[in-house]
Amino acid sequence: MKIAISASSPDLKAEIDPRFGRAACFIVVDDESQEWEAYDNPARDASGGAGVQAARFIAEKGAEVAISGAFGPNAYEIMVATGLKMFVFRNTGSLQVSEVLSRYRDGDLDPVTGPSGPGRHGK
Amino acid sequence: MRIAVASGKGGTGKTTVSTGLALSLAGDNGAGRHDHSQSRSRLLFIDCDVEAPNAHLFLNPDFQVRIETGPSVPQVDGDACTYCGRCAEVCEFNAIAVVEEQVLTFPHLCHGCGSCALNCPEDAISEVPRAIGLLEAGPTPYGLYFTRGIMNVGEAMAVPIIRELKKWDVGPGREEDREGMDSDYWENVIIDVPPGTTCPVVEALQGVDFALLVAEPTPFGLHDLRLMVEVVSAMNIPAGVVLNRDGTGYEDLEQFCEDADLPVMLHIPLDRRIAEGLARREPLTTIYPEYQDRMREMYESIVKMVGRDLR
Repeated sequence: MKIAISASSPDLKAEIDPRFGRAACFIVVDDESQEWEAYDNPARDASGGAGVQAARFIAEKGAEVAISGAFGPNAYEIMVATGLKMFVFRNTGSLQVSEVLSRYRDGDLDPVTGPSGPGRHGK
Repeated sequence: MRIAVASGKGGTGKTTVSTGLALSLAGDNGAGRHDHSQSRSRLLFIDCDVEAPNAHLFLNPDFQVRIETGPSVPQVDGDACTYCGRCAEVCEFNAIAVVEEQVLTFPHLCHGCGSCALNCPEDAISEVPRAIGLLEAGPTPYGLYFTRGIMNVGEAMAVPIIRELKKWDVGPGREEDREGMDSDYWENVIIDVPPGTTCPVVEALQGVDFALLVAEPTPFGLHDLRLMVEVVSAMNIPAGVVLNRDGTGYEDLEQFCEDADLPVMLHIPLDRRIAEGLARREPLTTIYPEYQDRMREMYESIVKMVGRDLR
């Protein structure tokens, strides 16, 4: 199973990015093989609907789980329709992607049951 | 003549100037002193500040026409759709997404451009209107006609409302009410532009003959005037400046106008009486009736600058 984590730069040692739609990068980790790949987020500078585009992007990369600081209403709707599970990290300070990953494996992350915040519709 | 009153910075006095100019051209100072010899009939005022329209406070229109407005958003026929994803590919705003065998639409993100429907190989997308605001129009007691747009709370896109509102510059109301009103119907149109330099401002400025830029002599005022001048230059719209709250002692703004070859067409001083009058909903021309002549002189200068009197 593949897990996508929003990150500030393309590395396992990178700090996580608390934003989902406008995250700098996504690290997609294969939970079985431990192999990972980093992608620049194509939605980062979208004029609108960044959450929609980012959610489609990680789904295309085969992710079944998404981990970020928050998921807006548009991203949330796509995730639910696609069947992706969402988890959020809280009180993270400056955590690394690898640390968030081990928290996920330890069951320490909160599953998401609704969108966080009202979203920011682009003009 | 179509004159836009714009500013960049908010709160510099756009509405003070636009309503004062409109009343002066209508030959009325807003306090019942009507000079019909000065009246220019067929004068239309358009308040394009659809996020916070306030010109009605000074022009007291009687809204007789109210029409809901908004962009056309996609509606997908699930039977005809093959989930090819072409609609999502062409959508600049990520307002439509194809997920497995589902098409999700996000009407709040949709700008109503119609690309999805146009590009759908199965003709499975129809466009349905989504109301995001209201257009209102009616006469005022001062011999000018008034229209405004007002955006619904929670909506984020002003441009589609302004676009529809400005269609009214050929005449008020619905298509059937506009019979016989071509684009020359109004002799003068005064447009109150929203603050800022973003898309709604560009939409409001589209097609005007002249832009009056209201600026206050402060560092913020200068910063935003610079941006505004860039916008009107890019749009090839001739412009002049109204210096409002003059007398702060900050000279850089007038220096900038001089260097940029921007005529300062009117000075309005920093004056407590003006602020108090505006707070009582009195237009500038009621507070100081001499502004009627000053505004008319400014109008005549604009006509000369634009180089054609449309009548």
